[in-house]
Amino acid sequence: MTFPRKVVREQPTQRGLMGSEKQAILDAEGLQALLTALKARGYRVIGPTLSDQAVIYDDIETLDELPRGWRDEQDGGHYRLVESGEDRFFDFVVGPQSWKKFLHPPQQTLWRARREGEAVTVTPEPAEPERFAFIGVRSCEIHAIAIQDRVLIEGPHADPHYRARRQDNFIVAVNCARAAGTCFCASMNTGPKAESGFDLALTEIDGPEGPLFVAESASAAGEDLLGELPRRPATPEEVAAGTAAVAATARSMGREMPAEDLRDLLLRNLEHPRWEEVAERCLTCANCTMVCPTCFCTSVEDASDLTGQETSRSRRWDSCFTLDYSYIHGGSVRSSTQSRYRQWMTHKLATWHDQFDSSGCVGCGRCITWCPVGIDITEEVRAIRDSERDPVSES
Amino acid sequence: MARGEKKPRLAVWKFASCDGCQLSLLDCEDELLAVAGALDVAYFPEATRAEISGTYDLSLVEGSVTTAHDAERIQEVRRRSKFLVTIGACATAGGIQALRNFADVKEYTSVVYARPDYIETLATSTPIAEHVAVDFELRGCPISKRQLLEVVSAYLAGRRPVTPPHSTCIECKLKGNVCVMVAHGTPCLGPATHAGCGALCPSYDRGCYGCFGPMESPNAVSLSRRLQDLGMDAAALKRVYRSFNAGASAFRKESERHGK
Ligand code: SF4
Ligand code: SF4
Repeated sequence: MTFPRKVVREQPTQRGLMGSEKQAILDAEGLQALLTALKARGYRVIGPTLSDQAVIYDDIETLDELPRGWRDEQDGGHYRLVESGEDRFFDFVVGPQSWKKFLHPPQQTLWRARREGEAVTVTPEPAEPERFAFIGVRSCEIHAIAIQDRVLIEGPHADPHYRARRQDNFIVAVNCARAAGTCFCASMNTGPKAESGFDLALTEIDGPEGPLFVAESASAAGEDLLGELPRRPATPEEVAAGTAAVAATARSMGREMPAEDLRDLLLRNLEHPRWEEVAERCLTCANCTMVCPTCFCTSVEDASDLTGQETSRSRRWDSCFTLDYSYIHGGSVRSSTQSRYRQWMTHKLATWHDQFDSSGCVGCGRCITWCPVGIDITEEVRAIRDSERDPVSES
Repeated sequence: MARGEKKPRLAVWKFASCDGCQLSLLDCEDELLAVAGALDVAYFPEATRAEISGTYDLSLVEGSVTTAHDAERIQEVRRRSKFLVTIGACATAGGIQALRNFADVKEYTSVVYARPDYIETLATSTPIAEHVAVDFELRGCPISKRQLLEVVSAYLAGRRPVTPPHSTCIECKLKGNVCVMVAHGTPCLGPATHAGCGALCPSYDRGCYGCFGPMESPNAVSLSRRLQDLGMDAAALKRVYRSFNAGASAFRKESERHGK
């Protein structure tokens, strides 16, 4: 089977990016006005909230719902929210869920069928267009959405549900002023500054009387909306403060992906002993794939009721870590844990390039944080790479 | 299949168990009429008084084998059943009563009963599949009502029931829960546990207790290392795998690694 390579990628409009004079300053009131204006335009406004001791994307109306003054502490298999003692809105990084929850939801009915006498009527589940406004999308997440676009819309078989949910989004990016312990976007070239794929981007800086946001637009819709908000032009110092904060984030990444041709590295090491070693730790619980913002695999399930009158077909997120995922007549193709871990990692970092023309990893670090035993994709790559450099370290 | 004039005959059998699983069927209030409409409930002592007679198309078997009499009776049940489904941790793993497998039953009976000589019991509690061929196993302590209806509906439609054997973590994530182990430091058996409950405990901020037994490819050794980091000592690890599914091989082995 060959996969089409998408060669021409649409360039985002650069209309709003005209240097610092195009950058405006919003204060907290301006941010609230942004939420209100988006709602008034009919968007369902989703942003970061505090829930179950984590940052969760959910419907928001007011600034009070944002995790103001909170920061996350992340490491392999470890996530804690702590009060930062600072009056800042976006000092946390990415949480357990991603925007995939809204664009490619965990469960989706595909069609329903009803039997009446001998006749069976099949009704496809209508694709429900939703107008999402996402507040606080990080650069890695913008890249992840672009990857899912490539997989789910830009291929030969577009997914109508994803397309309907994706087509009218308003994206408010937030440039990261802090990196978590598991972030490695800088080494994946996916952040921490959002370069495109958003309508508005905000960089939080400390003003004399509280947090301020350097705002820039990158689309007509963004420019239009920004024009409606209470704002003032950014001073060169404010723009510089924002740029410096993001540059500092790039220098303080908690993790780093080795700068190698990962595709070739992994594909020439398919029989490496490290796969067996990681399999001793891997739980095959699939958490990494559930939290990954680019993982898109689903399983299709049929349901029928007791009377046999009603049936439905639905899909739900599935994972290459389950046995059923690779089940074909006679058994599972990838029965061992090492073959499943290897499938996951080589797809993410190697064969994704062949299939979709990019890496399947954006360096968000979720798979590291939310792995119950803290398996670290960057460390696994490094172990394989180092073994080539220094055969002694090969275990 | 099963759409002809004659309704398939259903039997519900009880072995050593608490009745909780078969009560799940009676608990299907909204669906009970549909069940009765689709199946002829021919033998179900909890609900009807009919005698054992003839053969049954679908047998649901609850409970484990703990007596010599039960070991014989299950052979009879198998002979009379075309499609035999075991339901619940007792029937699929030996249940909580499989704790006896780790102990000296004679000694226990002498302590617990005034007249231990009246007690006729085997030294072990074993799952039904160790005695007869089983067509389908439905996990859980207790089983999930939703999954029981799924097994019956699938049987009636002649399809494979959708009861995925993957980890509880997948259900947890599909629900949008925040992982209690990663975000709160709460020990959780979810990564090694078979899905089915809908990640009930993590949905209420508690760790998973493993009621559905081991998942398809459990790595309890690695999970235990993590639980140890979260403060569980050998005694706690020995016990955590030793509950309703103590007799399930992966849990039993891991439990025994931490003490006899
Ligand atoms: S593989 Fe891991 S770090 Fe990469 S995008 Fe997925 S969750 Fe994030
Ligand atoms: S709470 Fe438990 S079941 Fe849920 S994802 Fe975490 S480890 Fe898995």
